[in-house]
Amino acid sequence: MESLQNVAAGFAVVLEPTNLLYCLLGVVIGMLIGVLPGLGPAATIAILLPLTYGVEPVTAIIMLAGIFYGAQYGGTITSVLLRLPGEASSVVTVLDGHALARQGRAGTALGVAAVGSFIGGTVAIVGLTFLAPVVAGFALDFGPPEYAALALLGILLVSTIASGARLKALIAAAIGLLLATVGRDAFTGAERFTFDNLSLADGIDFVPVAMGLFGLGEILYNLEERHRAVHAPGKVANVWPSRKDLKESSGAVTRGSVLGFFLGILPGGGATIASMAAYAAEKKRAKDPSRFGKGAIEGVAGPETANNAAATSSFIPLLTLGIPANATMALMFGALLIQGITPGPQLVTEHPELFWGVVNSMYIGNVLLLIMSIPLVGVFVRILRVRAAILAPVTALITMVGAYTINNSVFDVLLVVVFGAVGYLMKKFGFEPGPLVLAFVLGSLLESSLRRSLLMFDGSAAGFFTRPISATLLVVFVVVAVLPLIRAVRDRRAGGDVAGAPDAGASAKNREEESV
Amino acid sequence: MDGSSNGKPDGRADGGAAVAPADPAQALADEWAEETPPPAGPVANLAASLVTTAIGVLGAVTAVGLGLGTPTQPGAGLWPLAISVAVVVLSLAQVVVGRRGGDGEKFSRYSWLSLVGLATLLGLVALLPVIGFEIPALLLSLIWMKFLGGESWRSAVLYSVLVVGVLYGVFVGALGTNVPHLF
Repeated sequence: MESLQNVAAGFAVVLEPTNLLYCLLGVVIGMLIGVLPGLGPAATIAILLPLTYGVEPVTAIIMLAGIFYGAQYGGTITSVLLRLPGEASSVVTVLDGHALARQGRAGTALGVAAVGSFIGGTVAIVGLTFLAPVVAGFALDFGPPEYAALALLGILLVSTIASGARLKALIAAAIGLLLATVGRDAFTGAERFTFDNLSLADGIDFVPVAMGLFGLGEILYNLEERHRAVHAPGKVANVWPSRKDLKESSGAVTRGSVLGFFLGILPGGGATIASMAAYAAEKKRAKDPSRFGKGAIEGVAGPETANNAAATSSFIPLLTLGIPANATMALMFGALLIQGITPGPQLVTEHPELFWGVVNSMYIGNVLLLIMSIPLVGVFVRILRVRAAILAPVTALITMVGAYTINNSVFDVLLVVVFGAVGYLMKKFGFEPGPLVLAFVLGSLLESSLRRSLLMFDGSAAGFFTRPISATLLVVFVVVAVLPLIRAVRDRRAGGDVAGAPDAGASAKNREEESV
Repeated sequence: MDGSSNGKPDGRADGGAAVAPADPAQALADEWAEETPPPAGPVANLAASLVTTAIGVLGAVTAVGLGLGTPTQPGAGLWPLAISVAVVVLSLAQVVVGRRGGDGEKFSRYSWLSLVGLATLLGLVALLPVIGFEIPALLLSLIWMKFLGGESWRSAVLYSVLVVGVLYGVFVGALGTNVPHLF
């Protein structure tokens, strides 16, 4: 089989010293920011985007991918020890992980989480290896109508699944699409929304937008939040899980791997949703669900396995369809574009060294992370002693200087600051920056696919429904768009408040406010 | 307005709770809800929705000016018009849906920290092409550590010098970038 040869060639790519080094660098950074509450993987990847200009595409993506899945490992540590999730995908781990820590079994929780993460990640890489070429082969026949429908659906799903207000996420996405139209129109050559500014004629670069919204926006937001003190824990006892612990969690790890893998592939899915679903699944399956929240080892093993599996499998839509499934993948998409590579179904055949190099680097990265999170966990815990007050200007200055180096332009730095302010305000007013960045990245693909399709169909939108794949995707789009409306109307008629389990507290608060 | 969150009970701080609550997930959610700032409220929702509506209207007007063309021969403005209309419709819906204002975060007295931070960043942008990055970066770092972060003068000065030195070493020395520098 030809692809087997490519897989082997991919290993050769990974084992080049530069790539190994960047893989190590990526997972260490990922682990660090996972441990530190505040900056998430999306912010970190955004801030470090300028670093990737100078290196080979495969090296760049290997490092960025390492940051992403490395953060899933690191986020666990603070969840268990401090009851402070370092990452959104480790929020549910707090419940049982911290309960275990209080019983003096922090080591068990961390050890099982690390082993589970390793297994989940590895299972997902194997799945990725076999599934990705199949999906890519299927997608090779996609034309502009399919791409238009796929991009629309992807943006809608990411916006509706986003945490927070759904409508606001959609507004953010639409504004992202609008931002993508700034600059010269590729079809007519007309200048759009440039306000006669030469710097805007070529459009707004993705990097300053991402660095501003995710990076600086997050930093500014944290300035305000920082007065909450975090006290670092002293020592972590034995982190080697016993055979009994491993046996008890083996079922949860298996289920978490499968669940995480599939939830990661879905647009709008990803590590956070996977971890929550895995926790819910474990609790439902348990003979005695009341153990959960009091230190059930499955409550750590399931979600931690699932978030790693999902972090890995969410590369599938990006690398095979060219559609990022979540905000972090949108950043990867941007990083590839910077390198002159458009992710899509041709990637596997046209750049096999990149595709297989990145996929196979994840094996190495996971082994490195396993080593770092069991024997070296104490070292990373010590990172928590670094005070946020000192870290904040460091990250801000790296962002600013990095932004300058992209094009040696002060205008870019200004754009980063402007988008940083926008990102901060968006957070304060309840808008998610994720959908905006995702829509911005997909904007030009969506517009050109739509316009090409209209040309194909002689200006009739009905043409989309003459092709089975685009028709199916658009039907799903309509269902996803309309379903919440129907549900809202029905709920209102029933007179009940929509109270999903995770935000029960918030809606109770809303009710309180309403009555005041 | 936010009568629900007037100070949090002391007994529920970390580590001290010996009695497990009936539903730990709910208890934790409640506790985090207490720690997070109150939602931005209806006025903020209205203001935000109006701002996004204005963006949509502005986009639509500009798009029409660009020429719409026909569906077979779309002009430069057709797609921007479509999105702008979507922005306006969604924003107006948000005015209605979000009138209770359950999301976002209220500005607090700590929000000044973010504003000062932003101002120093703009200062850095203004000074960067004139006197290079070292002095503005040093000042920014000092302000952030001392005044925004509450570090002592000693550690603020020490770490700021260290940070700028490392940045210089990395961006000017090791990477050889063209970032404007004085020295």
